Formats: sequence, C-alpha cells, structure tokens
Amino acid sequence: MVAISKIATGNGHGENSPYFDGWKAYETNPFHPKDRPDGVIQMGLAENQLCFNFIKKWVMEHPEASLCSAQGVAKFKETALFQDYHGMPEFRQAVAKFMGKVRGDRVKFDPDRVVMSGGATGAHEMVAFCLADPGEAFLVPTPYYPGFDRDLRWRTGVELVPVVCESSNDFKITRNALETAYEKAKEANLRVKGLLITNPSNPLGTILDRETLKGIVKFINEKNIHLIGDEIYAATVFMEPEFVSISEIIEEVECNRDLIHIVYSLSKDMGFPGFRVGIVYSYNDAVVSCARKMSSFGLVSSQTQHLIASMLSDDGFVDSFIVESKDRLFKRHKYFTWSLSQVGIGSLKSNAGLFIWMDLRKLLKEKTFEAEMDLWRVIINEVKLNVSPGSSFHCNEPGWFRVCFANMDDHTMEVALLRIRTFMLKHNEAMVPQKLCRRSSLKLSLSRRRDGFMSPSIMSPQSPLVRAIN
Amino acid sequence: MGVLSRKATCNSHGQDSSYFLGWQEYEKNPYDEVTNPHGIIQMGLAENQLSFDLLESWLAKNPDAASFRRDGQSIFKELALFQDYHGLPAFKNALVDFMAEIRGNKVTFDPNHIVLTAGATSANETLMFCLAEQGDAFLLPTPYYPGFDRDLKWRTGVEIVPIECTSSNRFQITASALEKAYEQAQKKNLRVKGVLVTNPSNPLGTSMTRDELDLLVNFISDKEIHLISDEIYSGTVFSSPAFVSIMEVLKDRNLEKTEVWERVHIVYSLSKDLGLPGFRVGAIYSNDPIVVAAATKMSSFGLVSSQTQYLLSAMLSDKKFTKEYIAKNHKRLQKRRSKLVAGLEKAGIGCLESNAGLFCWVDMRHLLSSDTFEAEMELWKRIVYDVKLNISPGSSCHCIEPGWFRVCFANMSEDTLKLAMQRLKSFVGSIAVNDRSHRDLKNSRRKFRTKWVFRLSFQSFHDREQDER
Repeated sequence: MVAISKIATGNGHGENSPYFDGWKAYETNPFHPKDRPDGVIQMGLAENQLCFNFIKKWVMEHPEASLCSAQGVAKFKETALFQDYHGMPEFRQAVAKFMGKVRGDRVKFDPDRVVMSGGATGAHEMVAFCLADPGEAFLVPTPYYPGFDRDLRWRTGVELVPVVCESSNDFKITRNALETAYEKAKEANLRVKGLLITNPSNPLGTILDRETLKGIVKFINEKNIHLIGDEIYAATVFMEPEFVSISEIIEEVECNRDLIHIVYSLSKDMGFPGFRVGIVYSYNDAVVSCARKMSSFGLVSSQTQHLIASMLSDDGFVDSFIVESKDRLFKRHKYFTWSLSQVGIGSLKSNAGLFIWMDLRKLLKEKTFEAEMDLWRVIINEVKLNVSPGSSFHCNEPGWFRVCFANMDDHTMEVALLRIRTFMLKHNEAMVPQKLCRRSSLKLSLSRRRDGFMSPSIMSPQSPLVRAIN
Repeated sequence: MGVLSRKATCNSHGQDSSYFLGWQEYEKNPYDEVTNPHGIIQMGLAENQLSFDLLESWLAKNPDAASFRRDGQSIFKELALFQDYHGLPAFKNALVDFMAEIRGNKVTFDPNHIVLTAGATSANETLMFCLAEQGDAFLLPTPYYPGFDRDLKWRTGVEIVPIECTSSNRFQITASALEKAYEQAQKKNLRVKGVLVTNPSNPLGTSMTRDELDLLVNFISDKEIHLISDEIYSGTVFSSPAFVSIMEVLKDRNLEKTEVWERVHIVYSLSKDLGLPGFRVGAIYSNDPIVVAAATKMSSFGLVSSQTQYLLSAMLSDKKFTKEYIAKNHKRLQKRRSKLVAGLEKAGIGCLESNAGLFCWVDMRHLLSSDTFEAEMELWKRIVYDVKLNISPGSSCHCIEPGWFRVCFANMSEDTLKLAMQRLKSFVGSIAVNDRSHRDLKNSRRKFRTKWVFRLSFQSFHDREQDER
C-alpha cells in the first residue's frame, strides 16, 4: 500500500514543541471569568486585542467597507470575481501607505512591490521557496518564534542555523555571533542563503538599534546573502527608542538592494490574524515577480482586500489608530511589568511587541532546560497560566519565558497577576521565610484598571489548536 | 547578486504557456461595449458571472452576515481573531451540506474530514505535498487544466505523466490509456503515487461516466495508488447525465472502510459553482485521517479569511437559498451554452457534446492548415489578434490532437457572446473561400471516425460531406 509523503508523516510541522503543549493545556481548561474562573489563562498567544473597540467604531461607521452591506454591494460582483494575483491596486496602495506611516513616514513603500501571501506564515514560506533550494540554510538569531521551524523548513527543505544571542548583552546580535553561525553552517556543509531577523523581536519585545542594523546590512553584503526582515510588530513599538526599519537603513548605507526583503502582516499591528493578510515586500524585481506567481497559493480574500483598502486609506483613522494603539500597549506593558517587579520578577527591558521576556532564572532548581520544563509545568498546572518556555524559542539559556499581555481584558490581567503574586509569595516564603512574610500584606492598587475597557468575555479560540466555539 | 532558488529562476510556474499569453494580450486590449468595442473579447476565463443577482439579493435580505454581525451583535473582534486552522465549524458544516446537495444527497460528507484552503489552487498543491515525494508522479488524463502544471509540480517537485485521451471516444479514459501512462512513468523511473482527474472535466465540460469511474477505482485498487477527484465544477452540471461523484461509486460498490476508501480525496472550491474566485475558498476532503491532519496543518500557509468563512457559512446554511441557486444557475448555464453552440454552428464549427462546466471544447480541426500544433498556434494567433477573441488552444491543455480549443461562455453578457459569434462567423467565412477546399481532402481521412460521435448539424458541413461521399 502506497504511503503518503514523508512531509505529511514527519514532525516538520513542529507541533510537538512545548510551545504548543501549553496551548493544549489551555484548550482542555480555558479560563472564563464566570464559567471557569479557575481555568488556565492564555498568556502564550501574541495577539493584540487592545484596540478592537476603536476599530469596531470605524467599521460601524463605514458599512461600505463591508462590501456586502447595502452601501457596499454595488462592488460585490467585481470584487468576488477579482482573483488577480497582483492584488487590488487600492489594497496595495493602502498597505504601502500604512507601512510608511508606521515608520513615521521616514520611508516610502512602492505599491508595486507589495505581494500578498497567506498571512506572515505564508509569506515566510514563500520567501524561503524563492530564495533557497532544499538543503540550503538561513541564519536566524535566537531566541526566535517557534513557528519559523515550520514556516521556513517544513515543505521547503531549507535548514535553519541559529545565531546564538546571550542575556549577558541583552540578547543583542553581535558580529561575532553572526560569524560563528556562518562558520558553523559551513562546517555542516550548508550553503547559507540568507539571514532572517525579526525586528521588533519576537519573543524579546526589543528593537534593533541603528548600529546593529548597519552591522547586519554590512554583514549580508559582505557574504552576498539575503536579508529578510520580519517587521510584523512594527506598529507595536510603544515607547522610545524609535523603531528603525531595514527600509530606512538601506537609504543610509551602501547596500545591494537585491538582497533586501521585508515580511509584513496585519495580524499583530492591527489585531487581524483571522483575515490572513500577509505581505512580502522585496527590493528585488525577480523576487517580486516570482513571489507574485507563488502568491496564487495564498491570496488574500478579495472581500478582505476591500475592507482593508477602505480602512487603511482613511488617513484620519490610521493616524489616530497608530497613536491610540501605542498608548494602550504602553500602559498595559507598564502596568504589567511594574506589577511583576513588585513581586521580584524581572524581565528584559523592552519597548515593543505584545509580550515580555520574563526572567525566572532564579526560580530554577538548577540551570538546566529540564528545570525550565519543571518550572513551566508548575506554572501551567498550579499557577494556571499558559506562558511559553524559552527553550521552545531556542534560547540558549534556561529560565526565560515569553508572557503575552495584550490578548486579554483588564479583569483577566488582574486575575493573572494575582495568581503570579500568590505563587511568588509561596515561593519567597519557601526560599526566605522570615523576610518576605511581611510581603503578605502586599496590596497592589487596583485603581490602575482602565475605565470602560472591560471587553466582553473572550469566546473565540485563540490558538490554531483550539476548536472554535460556535 | 545573492542567488535565488531554482524554483524562482525556472519556468515551472507555467506562465509562459500560451494559456496565459492569451490573457496578457487581452489585458493589453480588453473589449468594452462602450469604450473599446473593437477590443479582444475574453473567452479564456472560466468564470461564472451568470448568477450574481441571486447572491446580491440574498445579501440584501441578510445584512448581518455581510457586516460582521450575528443576531444584531457585532462579532467583528471574534472574527478578526479567529485563525484556527480547523476552520469555522458553522462554515464547514454548511459547506459539506452544500457539497452533498450538489450530489443529489446521494452521499454525505463529514465536516471533520474537510480541510479549508486558499482556493483549489492551494488545495491541489497541498495534496501533492501530502501524498508524494519530490520526483514522484501523478497520472492526469489529457486534456487538462493548464494551471495543474504549476499547482501540482512547481514547488513540490512532483511530475505529471499524461493519460492520453482522444476524440475517438469523446476523450474518455480507457483502461489501455491508464496502463500506457503507468508504463510511461515506469520507463522514466518515476514512482506513480496516484491519478488526478477533474470531474466534471476542464476543459471538456463533460462529467465522467460511471464506467470511467469504475475503471479508475479498479485501476487505483490494482496499483495501490491514490485518486484525487477535482470536483470544482460539480455544481455546474446543467443537463443529463446527472453528476456521479467518486464517493457515490465507492459507496455503491461497498468500498467504505476499505483501503481504497482512504486513498480517495476530493478537491472542491466555490470559485466556479458560486462564482466567487476572489474569495479564495477551497477545500480538501479526504477519507484518510492522517491526510486530513497533515493537510490541516499545511493549510496554515493559506487559510480562508474568517470574514469570508462567516459570510459563506450564513449563505450556505440558508437551504432555501442554496436550492434555488443551484436550480437557477443550472438553467442559466444550460441556456447560455446552447447560445454558444448555436453561434458556433452558424460559423460551421462544432464542439464536444457536454453537460457541465463554463466552457465548450470546440472542434476547429477543419480550420487548420495542417494537422499539426504549429497550425493550431497559427490559427490561435489569428483568432486572438485578428478575430479578437481570447480562447484557449488545446495544446496549452496538453491535448494530443491539434485543432481543439476551449471557449468559455459564462463570463460575459449575452450581447458580448453574440458579438463574439458574429466575429467568428465572419472570420470563418473569409477563410472558407481560400482554404477550405484544400483542407477538405485532408479531412476526409478523419471523417469516418468522428462523424458518428459529434452532433455537427449545420448545413454547410453536411453539404461538404455529401460531396465527398
């Protein structure tokens, strides 16, 4: 009996990683303020839920953007028929403009270089297909988003070689680390085709400074390899220092532009993962041409293109949204990190993203990944929070955890913080009983709760592994 | 320059095919009734534009579905966040019901066995990734949809080996053609992983007979390989014989829960049946849970927008609407097809008798200057550039006989179709005087084979036959 493919039966989908195990735990016992107050709180999903009321208001006020409403139906037929893989011009223009605005209009993006894809997931796979043959490799700084193992490698046959970054210098990407990784690939007989950076970083929540970016651009030009900049968190930079995009750097230093490609999406910046709006933006004409043909495998629904085109061409809305979103992220981040510090939990200093890189190294029984897994199981099963262990991000040092803060309402955040406090108090008592007992009278002010920002109970599943409640 | 991948620099995307070049010519000079009445009329695009009014009136009656609301409440946020690759249950339920309805409810489908993908384009590629290794092969009956060269082969590295079908028996699949293809693959050292058929056929517009389906089941049983049935045109079967799905055949032969059962997979889409190619709604249906699991994970690379899933779940759950839509759509397609056939007849052109699809498989062999593909290309260029009709030459569909063309009829207004037929008639008339007598002698050899197969009932051709007899 003929088998199915190795790709289908193997583990290349990456779902056996602990990153997904936590989601499974959440799935079997999800938190709900009324129905399941003791359930697991999802802090492992990098979603941006803070601005929906703002966006919803725009949607209500613009029924024509919804295509099928009475105001929009005149465009229904032509939109429903539109399957041109170039994408709707209005869509590309609106996206290019948005990308520019998110970068403070310091650079302009050409709508003709905007290529659609099935989310950033589809974009990454597509870029890998365009730039590398099976058996070739990309360098990726650690820690990195676990999904890359699937997106860049699974069906493409491309390998990933880690550029190891260390906590000793806040996980900066050094020239040394890049060179080491490049040599390692050579030793393993892997031809390096490119370097993939995520900026702002997932899971770190930090941005790359100008010097590092220039150094990276210099490195890839010297080695004549591609640079893929995943900038899907660009609009989540909520405080100084200001975001610097690769698109800006290449205006400042000498660079072969045929090597530069950007992956973008609306899933994080706008909070629209369900709409599957992924973008490949390349400065290389041949890549744009090839990617465009490949985009047939993951075009954006024209219904969605229409909505996004309407929304993002509304300059007033976009400008307000960008400011409002940053403000809400800033406040949420500040409150969350401050609350953690009150119970002795630190995190990497960050100014972007939908998560923090939490430092629990001192809670480890020993400096091993086994100990990290043990701690993680405690956090899931006892503290009842789904957080993501650093090992699933290929971090070289145990004890770090990514914790998402933008995918829940204020009330849920308070419950999560309370659980963390309780856990830390127990832990601190166990460690240093006398000194910290006084902390039991800790009363964190709850007046920081945002007014009018209680969203209705979260009903939808938030991970690809959770079946929809309908 | 940093070198690109081989996939990026080769031609396997298939876009240098004449199929796509015709489109490019059309893009440069597209017909418009008012602004460009002498432009090229698009007859190379298999779209269904006949029933939009039905969709629009449904939308008017169901404002909630259209605008992110359910029972008056906004569900914008929930939809915007919904990226579960298992898909919206309500949509999958509605979709499988719709698929069953199209098959006269003779079979039912399990929503847990369906995987949503970004169009049939993505579904076909995903199935290749799931079922075959690089270098393996799938057998496909010719003529076939040109896009398969890209969808099945480009990024997967899978090969296609043709099952050659001819006009001698209406291009039906025969046992010997299947065996011949299988042997061809073996000679090339290609491991055959399965057969992929399109039923109803693109470009033929015919639905497969029960005999053909039985033949296929026997073949894949015997060789222990997969069968993919691309049934994206199943809802366009507008006249008898009624559509018979591969699932029905398996059921009738009591093959459920056997090994063969798990090797049969269906590809579906709403691009043709509902005329919504822009919404990118495709699906894989497999009886093998491992394939379903793998394909589901792969669908991450091309999920269906939640906004679209929600709209269509509401639409397809409205059984009154789907019943009415299917019936009216069939009537309109049938009517439109007869207009095309009548127009062709007036131009002295016949076509394969068909009961489905959005196109006809048109026989222009008698207009060729020679029985060659060069002559076919020559004729095609004249039709595109002089007659200003973009139709698809059979060679782009890998037909082994020159002279056949796919002509679409559902993607334009009735007036435009009429104009296209007038242009064609004038063109044929103009070449008849010069070329026909010369070619008749060549054609008489083929005559006896084809005469009894085709319904070519127009005056001029009959006259010619009588002369030759």
